Amino acid sequence: MRAILEIDGLNIDIPVSAGMLHPVRDVTFSVERGETVCIVGESGCGKSLTSLAIMGLLPKKARVTARTLSFENTVLIGLSERRMRDLRGDRMAMIFQEPMTSLNPAYTIGNQLEEMLKRHRNATTREARERAVFLLEKVGITSAASRLSQYPHQLSGGLRQRVMIAMTLMCEPDLLIADEPTTALDVTIQAQILLLLAELQKEFNMGLILITHDLGIVARVADRVAVMYAGQIVESGEVKQIFDNPTHPYTQGLLECIPIPGKTAPGAHLGSIPGIVPSLVGDQRGCGFADRCHYAMAECVAENVTLRETMTAGHEYRCVMSTDRCAGNLHAEKSS
Amino acid sequence: MLHYALKRLGVAILVALTVSMVTFSLLHLTGDPAMALAGESATEADIENIRHVYGYDRPFLVQYVSWLGNALRGDFGRSHYLKTEVASVIFKRLPTTMILGGCALGFALLLSIPLGVLAAIRPNTIVDRIALSIAVVGQALPSFWFALILIFWFGIEWRLLPITGTASWRNFIMPSVALGYYVTPAVMRLTRAGMLEVLASDYIRTARAKGLRPGVVLFKHALRNAIIPVVALAAVQFGFMLGGSIVIETIFAINGLGFLAWESIQRADLPMMQAIVLVLACFYIVLTFLADMLNAFLDPRIRVA
Amino acid sequence: MSPPSAIDAATTGTIASAAQILEPSPAVLLRRRVFGHAGITIGATVLLVIFVVALLAPVLSPYDPLAQDLTQRVIPPVWHEAGTWAHPLGTDQFGRDYLSRLMYGARISLLIGFVAMLISGVIGTTLGVAAGYFGGRVDMVVNFIITTRLSMPVVLVALAVVSLVGNSLWIVIWVLGLLIWDRFAVVMRSSTQQVRNLDYVAAAKALGCSTVRILMSEIMPNIVNNLIVVATIEVAHAVLLEAALSFLGLGVQPPAPSWGLMVSEAKGMMFFDPWLIGIPGAALFAMVLSINLLGDGLRDVTAPENRN
Repeated sequence: MRAILEIDGLNIDIPVSAGMLHPVRDVTFSVERGETVCIVGESGCGKSLTSLAIMGLLPKKARVTARTLSFENTVLIGLSERRMRDLRGDRMAMIFQEPMTSLNPAYTIGNQLEEMLKRHRNATTREARERAVFLLEKVGITSAASRLSQYPHQLSGGLRQRVMIAMTLMCEPDLLIADEPTTALDVTIQAQILLLLAELQKEFNMGLILITHDLGIVARVADRVAVMYAGQIVESGEVKQIFDNPTHPYTQGLLECIPIPGKTAPGAHLGSIPGIVPSLVGDQRGCGFADRCHYAMAECVAENVTLRETMTAGHEYRCVMSTDRCAGNLHAEKSS
Repeated sequence: MLHYALKRLGVAILVALTVSMVTFSLLHLTGDPAMALAGESATEADIENIRHVYGYDRPFLVQYVSWLGNALRGDFGRSHYLKTEVASVIFKRLPTTMILGGCALGFALLLSIPLGVLAAIRPNTIVDRIALSIAVVGQALPSFWFALILIFWFGIEWRLLPITGTASWRNFIMPSVALGYYVTPAVMRLTRAGMLEVLASDYIRTARAKGLRPGVVLFKHALRNAIIPVVALAAVQFGFMLGGSIVIETIFAINGLGFLAWESIQRADLPMMQAIVLVLACFYIVLTFLADMLNAFLDPRIRVA
Repeated sequence: MSPPSAIDAATTGTIASAAQILEPSPAVLLRRRVFGHAGITIGATVLLVIFVVALLAPVLSPYDPLAQDLTQRVIPPVWHEAGTWAHPLGTDQFGRDYLSRLMYGARISLLIGFVAMLISGVIGTTLGVAAGYFGGRVDMVVNFIITTRLSMPVVLVALAVVSLVGNSLWIVIWVLGLLIWDRFAVVMRSSTQQVRNLDYVAAAKALGCSTVRILMSEIMPNIVNNLIVVATIEVAHAVLLEAALSFLGLGVQPPAPSWGLMVSEAKGMMFFDPWLIGIPGAALFAMVLSINLLGDGLRDVTAPENRN
């Protein structure tokens, strides 16, 4: 299984009135066909911007640099906007967080679905319509044919998100990026949508990047996970590795914040991580998590911290402490 | 929906009635109609005679009710000056003004909508500032002066366009520009504001993520939504233009309703003035109603409830 | 610069907290904005010049604007070959000095503009604030009145009334003032509605303040911004309307040097002596432009959200 998306050392810099903003620094990961990679982090950690950089949807003033940013052997850095447009929607597609406002209220959903195929495949209306009906049924929308002539405001949030998913599949993309697709939906619908995404991914053999702040979702669908904080990846690895052996203090803190059915005793205190995200304007040096970390030391703020491997292959973390020390911290927390 | 339409109709009729009453009062009570009609060299006897013949000696309310009764049957009286029925004269001259208004509006839209779109996709750049400057200049230019300048350059110096009358379509070019430019700033600003708002919306982000071409994103997706309030504004402005055409029509000697109004004012032809004001008021009322309907029709969220 | 996007909004939020610590006081900010705003400075300067000229016209003007001298007819302005510094802006067909007429014309325009604005402002603000504050029936009635007024063709009605009553300066002022109050009413109504629902008004009511007291001390100070902006728009509006009326012969009467009248009197001669309409028209344009720039600038500085 070869990687369809390779990212190495991605940086995003945005000039703002107060200086230069560095919302994404040295991000490295890859996505293979049929694989689900989850990017996890709190609001403002740079996960959405990363996905927009992949799609080339950042505003012009944003500067994107990377050692590698390539999609199926096409280098995306410096790619002309015209060629980027050809890729978007066709080979790589994206779903956003707010289904209520992501569809154009002035056109029927049939129109908006069909224009994908017409644009990228020069399809006729009939061909486009057939595919639209096919996909609407695939995403679980009943009486699909009559839905085509409906307007977005006539559908519920969950239905609209299904339509969005169908829309991204019109051209059978190789990579699908879903940016918090269920955050704005009812809890009961969330599970359905996630399940749907997982099924479709298997069926169409796509690579899926799922961005979320919900570790529960990560546990359920991810193959690999990248944990982001303050613009950097602080830990990445297979999902089992992350959950069984969270190494970075931030990851450990995150896992303590959520109740785990069966493990967390009723009435037990949930963890919290005190402090706020640091400013990302101006020169960034040292570990971004240092001011909130229990174990911060002088060397944490002195130099930039690089990614290191843990004992297990494929599991990396960004901290000055050794893996033993980190594991030890985890046990100490658990027993206290 | 029906209930709402009926209520609006009721209010509209009431407004029209009130307009007619206010106008009637203004015309008959602010001066002495008989004296105005009689002219400067008339004697007392003449004036009294006129007052009696035209019924200006009756109590005011009687005059109004009598006029109203006739008006509701389509009889707006006879023009003092032209000796023909007011209604027929008005409806003969009306089409010319409508054509002028339509061309003026067309010019305004053709100029301001593209400018507004352009300013919105390049906000705070030189293009934006030029567009806004055009708007600011347009609002400060007196229409009669602008008309004279147009006549001077295009009619006289360069001899490109005819100056008076309505012989051909060329006659309508300068008057349309002179009448329409005043609406341009408002429409341009509204288009720009609407486009700025729409371009920042989520569904435009979706359209870009779908890899659609920029023209498609701009016109099919963005403008279609931004233009809705502009259409409503244009309908209302058309109403203002019909009422404000008097200056342009007199300068260009266009035989429309505005020119007719001008002539009637000069001759103190009260029945004509009264009727013209009422006709224009009704047009405005209908146009605002149309604007509301257009608003509802163009937005599927309202149309398909 | 690309058009604004949802992304821009997200990124600027990130650095907001840092910037807040360094921000100067509101008064300093306002002063910076007022003087940094090109529109306000240009508009205010030009308007000030016009105002001073108008005020000091009797002192500054070289001739009596009404004095005819048929030996000096139709002299072109000084930048023409045949021009002379004795009459820098030339003379009209009656030999009257154009510069003097221009100066005195400024008085007429400013007088009409401001007084008509005041009259319409009083009417419109009273109606608008009443409708916005009391709501209910009062609002319904005021809305009806506004709709009626909007349905009437203003220029026509103004012309008709002036023709019947007789045209003098003050009749024109009153007719205009009684007709152009609609924007005041509409804007003051919506502004009052917005303010009425704010918490401190409710607090004042709870304290038992009288209606008049609430209107004066809670509502008015907060709608004054919009009031000023509308006032500048309406001054310009009144100036243009008066010019149009005078142009048609039913405004200020000759021989008064109203700029609109000057254009009208000269239009028959514009083919040969275009400056006769060029100069008063340009003066009108300059005055209205400066008023609009000032008004736009004031609105940008005090209430940019009302830009459209």
